[in-house]
Amino acid sequence: MRLIAKFKSLQRDWVSWVPTLWLGIFFLIPFVVVLKISLSQATIAMPPYLPLFEWLEGILEIRLDFGNYLFLIDDPLYGSAYLESVRIALVSTIFTLVIGYPMAYVIATAKEPRRTLLLLLVILPFWTSFLLRVYAWIAILKTNGLLNGLLMALGLISEPLVVLQTDLAVYIGIAYTYLPFMVLPLYASLSKLDRTLLEASEDLGATPWISFVTVTLPLTIPGVIAGSLLVFVPAIGEFVIPALLGGNDTLMIGKVLWNEFFANRDWPIASAVAIIMLFVIVGPLMWLNRINSKIEEAQL
Amino acid sequence: MSSSPLLVKNWLDPDAKPFIEFRGVTKLFDGVPAVRDVNLSIYQKELFCLLGGSGSGKTTLLRMLAGFEAPTEGSVWIDGVDITKVPAYERPVNMMFQSYALFPHMTVFDNVAYGLKRDGLPKAQIAERVAELLDLVRLSAYAKRKPDQLSGGQRQRVALARALAKRPKVLLLDEPLGALDKNLREDTQLELIKIQESLGMTFIVVTHDQEEAMTLATRIGVMDEGYLVQTDEPHTIYEYPNSTYVADFIGDINLLECVVTENDAGNLVLSAPQLETTIDLDDPVTGAVNQTLWYAIRPEKMRLARDPSTAVNALKGVVHEIAYLGDFSVYWIDLANGFRVRVSRPNISRMDDFAEAWGEEVWITWDGSAGVVLSQ
Repeated sequence: MRLIAKFKSLQRDWVSWVPTLWLGIFFLIPFVVVLKISLSQATIAMPPYLPLFEWLEGILEIRLDFGNYLFLIDDPLYGSAYLESVRIALVSTIFTLVIGYPMAYVIATAKEPRRTLLLLLVILPFWTSFLLRVYAWIAILKTNGLLNGLLMALGLISEPLVVLQTDLAVYIGIAYTYLPFMVLPLYASLSKLDRTLLEASEDLGATPWISFVTVTLPLTIPGVIAGSLLVFVPAIGEFVIPALLGGNDTLMIGKVLWNEFFANRDWPIASAVAIIMLFVIVGPLMWLNRINSKIEEAQL
Repeated sequence: MSSSPLLVKNWLDPDAKPFIEFRGVTKLFDGVPAVRDVNLSIYQKELFCLLGGSGSGKTTLLRMLAGFEAPTEGSVWIDGVDITKVPAYERPVNMMFQSYALFPHMTVFDNVAYGLKRDGLPKAQIAERVAELLDLVRLSAYAKRKPDQLSGGQRQRVALARALAKRPKVLLLDEPLGALDKNLREDTQLELIKIQESLGMTFIVVTHDQEEAMTLATRIGVMDEGYLVQTDEPHTIYEYPNSTYVADFIGDINLLECVVTENDAGNLVLSAPQLETTIDLDDPVTGAVNQTLWYAIRPEKMRLARDPSTAVNALKGVVHEIAYLGDFSVYWIDLANGFRVRVSRPNISRMDDFAEAWGEEVWITWDGSAGVVLSQ
């Protein structure tokens, strides 16, 4: 009996070890490597940075260079790139939420088999290349593109709108790309919602809109938070969308990182940019996570 | 309770105005009938029970009154107003849900205050009213708790307080005591009656539990397969069921298929092949010779005897099994032809005469008025 219990606890341990191991190999080790590079000095060599630890005549020499971080703080370009990234990611997330919530609501309240079909349609764009889909938006948004053509044909505008290479195009691109990440957690949250609660609120005199505001919305906040994080976090570091749809003055941290890495070949600076970005994201993430678990606790 | 001296039996008065009316209400779900042509009048201050098995249509009928389902045919009236097309949030009825449907993200106070807030009452008045209601259901100390921090019985009382908060003209209760254990159920039943009488509200209760219906109701409406098969006071439903379905559904009964052998100016003689005897009836019953009828007799209306000489109806059988239930015992008696009759006998003395009568030959006797003759 004891042996079996021991074996079972070992098994249980294994189950928790697998994700730990996964995170260790694919997150922690690369993170340490990046951290290490960010603290070293750039040089023209292969790899293009100096080692941190060196044996010099039997003495271990450790050279930590915080200059990369100081440089990032000194140069206003990086600060504004971070702020700009957060702003664009925030606006895009709100944009996605406003579009995604009604979509998730319709899917969650649809009857089978319509529900499955609608869910499939949400995921369907993933079956084609992401890059292709962003390119397609260029064709839609450009000055003599589909959107302007349609609006002018309808007589709604007389001159073409300039959308491409503006922040708006970036919002559209991010919202379009990340919409499924918003819709799916919202759908999970909404379909879990007990319908009799809405009958109860209606019974007590709440119009459908008041029922939504006082019952549906508060009870689906965990879905809103989860969906928003899934959009917000990758949107901050987004590179392809601002590069293709944004203008030259759209300065996002992903683009800065790319430039440092590939154009300037300054790996240490690029690594420092990445490390700071991680902390920019982790702060709000942990805060939202705490709110989320509090709400879910109350609902159990 | 039907014996309450406060009760005015409005349904006996042909001039009384019904408070709630279902007029020819039919409800189809995807073409399948859930409620069929129900006509029902419920009067003010009644505690009306809709009783039926699952799928009998009782909950659908209640939901049509609350406004969650629209009748396919017919109309629903409250206080002389046709409310068939009025949305649920404008109806003067409130419902206590089977699952209680308490808002999990709100405190007990906010749950009870929810309906009052929708009415736009001033804050002070809401607080006063909620305090009053929580006092009524003895939950004043729990105002700040969330539903998940309450026991089943406490949640049930919050649901009741919330449904009562707006002082609705009619309170609908869907299996209100279903989730409570037996002792709590009985207490709560009496409490419900007390609350209903003190507030002078009309209660409509849906239940599948006949004992609950008998305890609570002024009148019971028995439903089966979407039809309202009988609407009467509990006593009438039990003693004078109008069909074999109702007779069988409410309480225990011995149902015997009979044929009319004699009709002497309304005094029938029935031949019951299962009993291999004829049955003498006191009550006048209509029926033609050779017509098939059912004779229904409840176990407690039959007696056991060693000597049948004075009885109007008597049958000889052998005691097959005895179930001792404390306050009474149930005897299964096998007749010579194998037909089994159920007889119950109150345990008036501590050691009943028949307590250990297994395998003994006994007589079953009953009066001419003990059973009911049913034609369907």
